Amino acid sequence: MNLLFHFGRYVMLLGNALFARPENLRMYRKELLRQMDDIGVGSLFIVFLISVFMGAVAALQFAYQLDGQLVPLYYIGYIVRDFALIEAAPTITSLVLAGKIGSNIAAEIGGMRQKEHIDAMEIMGVNTAAFLIRPKILASLVMIPVLVTLAVFLAIVGGYLATVPFGYLTDVDYIRGVHAYFDSYNVFIMYVKAVTFAFLLTSVSAYQGYFVTGGSIELGRASTNAVVFSDILILLFDYLIAVLLT
Amino acid sequence: MIRVEDIYKSFGDHEVLKGITHTFEPGKTNLIIGRSGAGKTVLLKILVGLITPSSGKVWYDDVDFFELDRKQLRAIRMKVGMLFQGSALFDSMTVEENIRFPLDMFTQWTEKEKVDRVNYCLERVGLDRINEKYPSEISGGMQKRVGIARAIVLNPSYLFCDEPNSGLDPKTALLIDELIKDITYENNITTVINTHDMNSVMEIGDNIALLHQGELVWTGNKTEVMSSDNQILQDFIFASPFLKRLRQAAIAKG
Repeated sequence: MNLLFHFGRYVMLLGNALFARPENLRMYRKELLRQMDDIGVGSLFIVFLISVFMGAVAALQFAYQLDGQLVPLYYIGYIVRDFALIEAAPTITSLVLAGKIGSNIAAEIGGMRQKEHIDAMEIMGVNTAAFLIRPKILASLVMIPVLVTLAVFLAIVGGYLATVPFGYLTDVDYIRGVHAYFDSYNVFIMYVKAVTFAFLLTSVSAYQGYFVTGGSIELGRASTNAVVFSDILILLFDYLIAVLLT
Repeated sequence: MIRVEDIYKSFGDHEVLKGITHTFEPGKTNLIIGRSGAGKTVLLKILVGLITPSSGKVWYDDVDFFELDRKQLRAIRMKVGMLFQGSALFDSMTVEENIRFPLDMFTQWTEKEKVDRVNYCLERVGLDRINEKYPSEISGGMQKRVGIARAIVLNPSYLFCDEPNSGLDPKTALLIDELIKDITYENNITTVINTHDMNSVMEIGDNIALLHQGELVWTGNKTEVMSSDNQILQDFIFASPFLKRLRQAAIAKG
C-alpha cells in the first residue's frame, strides 16, 4: 500500500514537472544551463577517475585470466571495449553519479522545502515541480549520456595504460582488439541504459527531496534514500534492459 | 477583501480548525493572534493555498479560491505577496536577484524597469547599497525587510506575514510593524498578519481575530482589546503576572 502511494505520488509529481507549461522559458533555459554545468561539468573529475581505473582493472584481470591460454592477447582490448560499452560505463558511472548527483538533488530540493523556499515560490505562482525538477531531468538526460560516452573512451585508455606500457601486449594488439568485432548495436544498448538511468536517478532523487518533512535528520534520510532507491532501480532496470535488448 | 467561511481542518484525528468564519478587510492590518498550537499558521497557510481545508470556503473578493483552475490560480497568486517567518530568501541569490525573481518570472519588463523597481522596493523598506549582498551577509531585520521588498515587488493586493517579528529585537520589530502598516495603508492592501507579539497587536491591530484551540473566540480592534472582558483574550494578552498586576492597577485607577 505504501509502495503504491509513493508510486502514485511520484507519477503525479513527474506529470506536473514534465508536462506543465513553463511560466517563463528564459528562466527555465537559464536554470537548465546551470544544471547542465552542475551535473555535466561538475561530474567530470569523478567520471574520469572511475573510468580510467575501471578500464585498467578490467584489462589487468582479463590479461591475468588469459595468461597461458590459447586465446589471442588482442582480445584484452576487445573485452575491455565491450565491457565498458555494454555494462561498466553506463551502469557503474550511473551508480556513482547517483551518489554524487542524486544526493545533491535531494539535499538541494529538500533544503528548499525546509527553508520554505518552495512555499515562497508556490505563493508567487511558480509551478515548483516544473521549475525545480524539469531542468534537472533534462540536464541529466543530455549530460549523463555524454559522460557515459566519455567514460567508454577513458576506460579504453585506462586499459591501454595498465597493460601496454607493462608488456602484457603490444599497442598494435590492444588497438586491434579495440577495433575487433565491433557491433554498433552495443552502442545503442549503452545509450538506452544511459538515458534510462539518468531519468531514474534524477527523478527519484528529486521526489525524495520534494516531499521531505521534518528537520535535518529527515533531510539526511531523504538524501540517503535518493541514493539507495536510485541504485536499486538502476540495477533492476539494468537487468530488464539486458533481458529485453540482448 | 478575503473571507473565510466555516473552515475546518483536521490532520488525521486531530482537528486543528473548527469552523472558522471571518472577514479580512482591505486597507487594514488584519491580525490572527493566539497561543502556540491555536491553529494560526494552519489558517494562514489555508488562506494562501498551501494547505487545503477539510471543508469550508476561502473567498478572494468574489472568487472562491479553492475552485480555481491553474491559470486562474496563477492570476490570483500574482496579486499575493508573503513575508515568511524565516524570510525564505533564496540563499544562492543576491538580494537584488531575490527581489527581482518574481519580475523575471512573470513580467516582460526591460532590464532597466526591473532594476528601477527593485531599487524602489529596497528604498521603500529603508535599505540601500545591499543589492549585491547575499542573505547570509545581512542581519535578520534586514532579511525581513528584503522579504517585504520581494513581497511587494509585484504590487500585491493581498499581503500575508507569518510571524514578521519573530527573532527580532523590540525596536527592529516596531520598525517592521510600521513598515507593514504604512505599505498596507498606502496601497489599500488586504494584509493578514499571523503573530503572538503583543506590541504588534497594540500598535497595528486594526482587525484582530483571536484563535483558541482551533476556534475563533474573539474579534475586535486594538482599542477593544483593553476593554474586552473575554477571559481567553485577557489570559492571552496579560499572560505574565507583571502585566496582570499592571492591568489591575490600571483598572483600579479607572
